[in-house]
Amino acid sequence: MKAAEVILEALKREGVDTIFGFPGGSVIPLYDALYNSDINHILVRHEQGAGHMADGYARASGKVGVCFATSGPGATNLVTAIANAYMDSVPMVAITGQVSRHLIGLDSFQEADVTGITLPIVKHSYLVKDPTTLTRIIREAFHIASTGRPGPVVVDIPVDVTKEDVEFDSAVLPAMRLPGYKPNLKGHPKQIRAAAQVIAAAQRPVIYAGGGVISANASDELRELAVYSQIPVTATLTGKGCFPEDHDLSMGMLGMHGTPYANYAISRSDLVIAVGVRFDDRVTGKLEAFAPEAGFVHIDIDPAEISKNVVVDIPIVGDAKTVLPALLAELKKLDLSFDRRREWTEQVETWKREHPLAVKEAENGDIMPQSAVKKIWEITDGEAVVCTEVGQNQMWAAQHYLCRHPRTFISSGGLGTMGFGFPAAIGAQVARPDALVVDIAGDGSFQMTSQELATAVQYGLPVKVCILNNQYLGMVRQWQELFWDKHYSQTCMECQPDFVKLAEAYGAEGYRVEASTDLEGVLRTAFASDRPAVIDIRVKREANVFPMIPAGGTIHDMMEREL
Amino acid sequence: MKHTLSVLVENKPGVLTRVAGLFARRGFNIDSLVVAETESAAVSRMTITVEEQDQPVEQVTKQLHKLINVLKITDLDPSGSVERELLLIKVKADAESRSAIMQIVEIFRAKIVDVSAEVLIVEMTGTREKVSAFMELLTPFGVVELMRTGRIAMSRGKRAT
Repeated sequence: MKAAEVILEALKREGVDTIFGFPGGSVIPLYDALYNSDINHILVRHEQGAGHMADGYARASGKVGVCFATSGPGATNLVTAIANAYMDSVPMVAITGQVSRHLIGLDSFQEADVTGITLPIVKHSYLVKDPTTLTRIIREAFHIASTGRPGPVVVDIPVDVTKEDVEFDSAVLPAMRLPGYKPNLKGHPKQIRAAAQVIAAAQRPVIYAGGGVISANASDELRELAVYSQIPVTATLTGKGCFPEDHDLSMGMLGMHGTPYANYAISRSDLVIAVGVRFDDRVTGKLEAFAPEAGFVHIDIDPAEISKNVVVDIPIVGDAKTVLPALLAELKKLDLSFDRRREWTEQVETWKREHPLAVKEAENGDIMPQSAVKKIWEITDGEAVVCTEVGQNQMWAAQHYLCRHPRTFISSGGLGTMGFGFPAAIGAQVARPDALVVDIAGDGSFQMTSQELATAVQYGLPVKVCILNNQYLGMVRQWQELFWDKHYSQTCMECQPDFVKLAEAYGAEGYRVEASTDLEGVLRTAFASDRPAVIDIRVKREANVFPMIPAGGTIHDMMEREL
Repeated sequence: MKHTLSVLVENKPGVLTRVAGLFARRGFNIDSLVVAETESAAVSRMTITVEEQDQPVEQVTKQLHKLINVLKITDLDPSGSVERELLLIKVKADAESRSAIMQIVEIFRAKIVDVSAEVLIVEMTGTREKVSAFMELLTPFGVVELMRTGRIAMSRGKRAT
């Protein structure tokens, strides 16, 4: 069998049914094998789109996302998407073509050292020089990408390798050779017991949960623990949906643009139970002032995250799916009444009442971007799969679109990649064909990957792009307003396409809304359609994201609302 | 404080780049690095000395553990391990100075490995401190060039490093 066909067979064995990609010289044999294959291929318009689609697909489904690109520029176009997946720990396998083995290192046409370029942004990578190792390498790639702390794996394959004949027996699973890779899943029982003790003793505990809970599929386990021990929960941006945000114990997101009550609770807490998080600077602000009264329990599968930014008291290295139930079982043995925490949960309730996420409606009928997000939430009953771009749109979406389920809020958290949301939404739609998938976008971000409209139309993927259009690069403009003497340097997008015509040019539906009274009707029409749609929502241009704790600040620096 | 990390890795192309790149990325400067095969051809040992800077060395060893090709890392305790460096030094030696140099060589149990009319090449092994002391003593004679291998180290007692 040709090695190219063997690659596809090996992918199928890993459960791959869809590949996002773009052909080119070095992957022609691979695409030739695809010609007769039953694997579904989504032809993108730029390789970055393929990477983000694989990413969105992976986050929405929990499966490994797969993308193909050719050597040289094809592969380098994937770099942003790979970095994005790395920062947010998304399982992804990127298969890139490479020039023939005898041309490597000679500055050949469309040659780039892809394993070298991607070295700092992959969980692992391979350059396949021997076709007989292909099946083993692909098996290892999927194993590495999807286990432990998930992440992207690059498999770079010279074109002549894919043309060779190799033996393939679908019944024989090649043995993996990964002597240095043994993720610790279980969590140390002594540590778990110690954590149960401090949780039982805590007066003002808070659960700080992140993307790790979602990648571990441990949302149910987290909820059981939180509800049983009556501990309020705050989630990070990538953790949104790991705990139902309409639950009494939910405090929404914390950090720079988090809710006042989540940030108050963290700063007054005596015990932070951190699960699947990495104490990012957007969450902690000034490290010394983060949860100053608290002790820390940190559950994470990656030992390198333990005490990286915040020194923790009780680290538990393990899979949240295993550790959380074990922790709950220990707590139940202690058989304490958690009623005495009522004072604390009531305090949190008071903060919620007194410091809600405020939206001041515009007096002249302008659409407030926050209200637009709330309207989208209302119309979709909080059940849509929401992707976001990066910037103000992302923070408004995080604040005002309350999620009930894991894998329904997909956003570029770590890398903050503008242009991520739309292709990610296409990937999510492939994973969840029956779901309503909405990309909450900004006009700046959307223009970075809007060419994927062609992809959405070609494959009939009815993604809805809701542009909160303020004709600004709004988040940078906001910083310039607040911290840079209103020097609006290069943040005003004076020339923009007509987004309605742009959508129509690609064969999608285009809508424009300028008055708040029209918003609901247009959204309902667009969401009811079975075609992709772009809704250009003209929002109040100078609206800012509040609350805000400036970078490196503390709770005392919080600006709660628009002045 | 200096740390000596003994790192067992799979003997595969690109592994050195992964390890070295990780040190640079996490802000650690490698003082010396020795890489060679071990008793098993499939496994190499890297002996890396680093100076602890703003962050504890533990940060980088944890990250190293995450590299798929890294098998084992030992942060060697100086008192619990034997460490050696190899030095080759080419020193000016005329008829007058030759015997003085040979005396120093003998005291340090070093070895003259090449003799020519004007220079000697001396080989010596020892701890970093001993090597430095030896170099210092030879410096007044005029050093043409010198090469140090960097530190290798092995833990004392029955247990493997």
